[in-house]
Amino acid sequence: MGGRRFAPAVGAALLVAAPLVIPDWMRFILALALAKFPAVLGVALFLRGGMVSFGHAMFYAVGAYAVGFSARWLGLRDVAALLPLGVVLGAAAAALVGLVMARYREVFFAMLNLAFSMMLYGALLKLYWVTGGTDGLAAGVPTFFGWAPPREFLRLVLYYATLATTGLAVWVVYRFLASPLGYFLRARGDNEIRIEYSGESVQRVIYVTYVLSGALGGAAGVLAAFVVGHIVPEYAFWVQSGEFVFIALLGGFESVPGPLVGAIAFEFIRAYASKYFPNEWQMVLGVIMLAIILFRPGGLWAIWEALRGRLGPRAGEVQHA
Amino acid sequence: MRLLTIIVMDGAVFAAVLYLLSVGLTLVFGVLRILNVSHGGLYAVGAYMATSLALRVVGAGANPYLTYAMLLVGPLVVGLVAGPLIERLFLRRIYAADMHIQLLLTFAIFLVLEDLIKLLWGTAPLFASEPYMLLGQFEVGGITYSWYQVCLIAFAVLFGGVLAWAVRATRIGKIVVAVITDREVSQAVGINVDRIFTVAFTLGALCAALGGALIAPTIAVVPGFALDATVLAFAVIAIGGMGSLEGAALGSLIVGLLRSVAVHTVPEVDLVAIYLAMIMVLIVRPEGLFGQLEVRRI
Amino acid sequence: MRDGAPVLETVDLTKTFGMVTAASGVSVRLREGELVGIVGANGSGKTTFLNLVTGYLKPDRGRVLFAGRECTGLPPRDITRLGIARSFQVPQLYTHLTALENLLLALAARADRGVEFWRPLYRAEWVEPALATLERFGLGAYARRPVSDLPEGGRKLLDVALSVALQPRLLLMDEPTSGVSIEEKFPVMDTLMAVVAERGLTTIFVEHDMDVVQRYARRVLAFDTGRVVADGPPDVVLADPEVRRAVLGRA
Repeated sequence: MGGRRFAPAVGAALLVAAPLVIPDWMRFILALALAKFPAVLGVALFLRGGMVSFGHAMFYAVGAYAVGFSARWLGLRDVAALLPLGVVLGAAAAALVGLVMARYREVFFAMLNLAFSMMLYGALLKLYWVTGGTDGLAAGVPTFFGWAPPREFLRLVLYYATLATTGLAVWVVYRFLASPLGYFLRARGDNEIRIEYSGESVQRVIYVTYVLSGALGGAAGVLAAFVVGHIVPEYAFWVQSGEFVFIALLGGFESVPGPLVGAIAFEFIRAYASKYFPNEWQMVLGVIMLAIILFRPGGLWAIWEALRGRLGPRAGEVQHA
Repeated sequence: MRLLTIIVMDGAVFAAVLYLLSVGLTLVFGVLRILNVSHGGLYAVGAYMATSLALRVVGAGANPYLTYAMLLVGPLVVGLVAGPLIERLFLRRIYAADMHIQLLLTFAIFLVLEDLIKLLWGTAPLFASEPYMLLGQFEVGGITYSWYQVCLIAFAVLFGGVLAWAVRATRIGKIVVAVITDREVSQAVGINVDRIFTVAFTLGALCAALGGALIAPTIAVVPGFALDATVLAFAVIAIGGMGSLEGAALGSLIVGLLRSVAVHTVPEVDLVAIYLAMIMVLIVRPEGLFGQLEVRRI
Repeated sequence: MRDGAPVLETVDLTKTFGMVTAASGVSVRLREGELVGIVGANGSGKTTFLNLVTGYLKPDRGRVLFAGRECTGLPPRDITRLGIARSFQVPQLYTHLTALENLLLALAARADRGVEFWRPLYRAEWVEPALATLERFGLGAYARRPVSDLPEGGRKLLDVALSVALQPRLLLMDEPTSGVSIEEKFPVMDTLMAVVAERGLTTIFVEHDMDVVQRYARRVLAFDTGRVVADGPPDVVLADPEVRRAVLGRA
């Protein structure tokens, strides 16, 4: 029992302490992984419910472009203001699109998702006088509750802001997964009929999950925009959506920390591989993905759990969240 | 009137290219029930193979008309090698898996193919213009067109016709349609569904590679040029009907014309219009205009 | 709900699928507390009747009234909230969740007053009654184990437990003992009928096994090609030669 509580605490401690000692480029990668993690969580929620969203880049782009537009038109670059804005806009987009989406399943759900995100991409790409087109928009130098940190500490403060937001997102998702709706989401993958015959609406379960995942995506977009500093239409491209699903599987989507492990692994692999194998790093990622799918579909988290021997004495016990 | 002619002509060319691109995708979905994200990768490999072979032919000082042969030989090689390889080594293992596994597996193959292209052919753009140039141009009402474009349209129509005939008149064609219609019953009557899967995927890969090869002479192939094509193909089959060969033709026509109209009137909305059309069809008739899938809609 | 109105009333319920008549002019009335068995050969329309009453199918013609209230054409979700619960021929369970979680979700669905995504599923006010219900159905030992561990009889019991947990006024059971081994049949039915009696539930159960029907039902409806061909006490209906021929293929 002690073993179970000890690992997340160590992990969290590492994430808090690490940026103080690791080199800048490493901190950047960690920050980017943390920034994307909420979006991957959003995708992971649906995977737990047995559905694939291949269009979550939509909400990610909404959050990111909220930062870009605010910087350009409002001169607003404050993280404390833009995060809630990104969350609200992401949730609003999901609330709108979800009205349609909640009625579909399987391949149609995935395709519709994809279509909406590509429609957004098309608008972001071509309406260049508004969106900056392929040049994109700049995020501007972030401030935090009005405070502009000195230049040497800016990246560090941004890292901690990202970490704090991610922590909040994790807490929200844990509560959601422990709630009736969270369980209904998992139950949907098993049996929709029983849900309807209990008097609950499957459509409502999916809709609420969708809005939550839109909020998560929007938050991720805001964070990523500031961490990277630059916002381009590719934030809405299908490859970005694929990347989120990829990371969810890589890390293991049946747990909440899994996608974070996946995001960190993904960003590190990409940074290293693209530095040493600029023309082969996609292949490297592809091969890793093939290996995970064919040999360890539970992802890195499942490997970690197997190593910790959890699959031994605790077999037959069902873990929560 | 002139604008209309331009729109129709351009639309027809787009549609022809889209048809060759998507007919393979719809076939693979129809038979294997898998959305093959790597389809665009095979398209790109086909384009690169044909282009590099054509460049060799020209470089060796041979008869430039041989490049046309390369446009057919290249994709044939790609399809016959990559098709069975990918199907046997990878796809076979995930037929019973969840959709996210299937999507990610084909996505992973796409990534591998993208970099394979860079490894084999480098990152500089390749352009074999001979097939395009050799046929020359002509004028209609003050607008210049190339004969290659006309041939593309003719080829697409011919190809579609052959496919339509093949599924109705040949034994293998009817067997493939049977598997598309009902896999379990086909198995029950003794059809070797495993072998049909390999055949269907190989054919799909061939079509993708062929589409890439035929479009190559009109553009310069660069790494990543298939990224947009991949998702456009999805739009085409979603509109026309996933798993339906006629659907691929109808979807291509719709998307091709839609794109042409946008490009010549309000070019900024070309992508938005296409994906909006995809959304509308998926909402109103999720299985597509000619599709026959069961839709689980609550 | 009007006093004196029958708990369930169907009026001329009709449903055809192409050439097949699944229900034809089915008109029945159930009073509070009745215990009705439905018999009939395969394809005689028994399950169709349950599907029509619970809104899974919409009738071509006819009406369904629950305690005097019109509910023809309402979806299962709404019908369940009105007070009709149902168990299935093939148990409809959340196979990857535990038996306890299955039950908790039934209680949560029943209590739902809004968007419940913040308070936990595992809360004392639900866990205690859920565990008690599981014990009552003899499934206490499986509470925290995944449903996939349950034997077939246990799955059928859980399926009914989920319906009973909704505290319905009318309980419909579709072949509660099908797929259950001979030794388990009567123990399972004893448990189910005891629970029904304790809670005073008006109950309809569809059954193939004549012995089960004979023993537990107080009224029997016999179906044949979508029509009710007999309606009365079990000894009368089950002895009727026309019924026996339709259901068993012999007089």
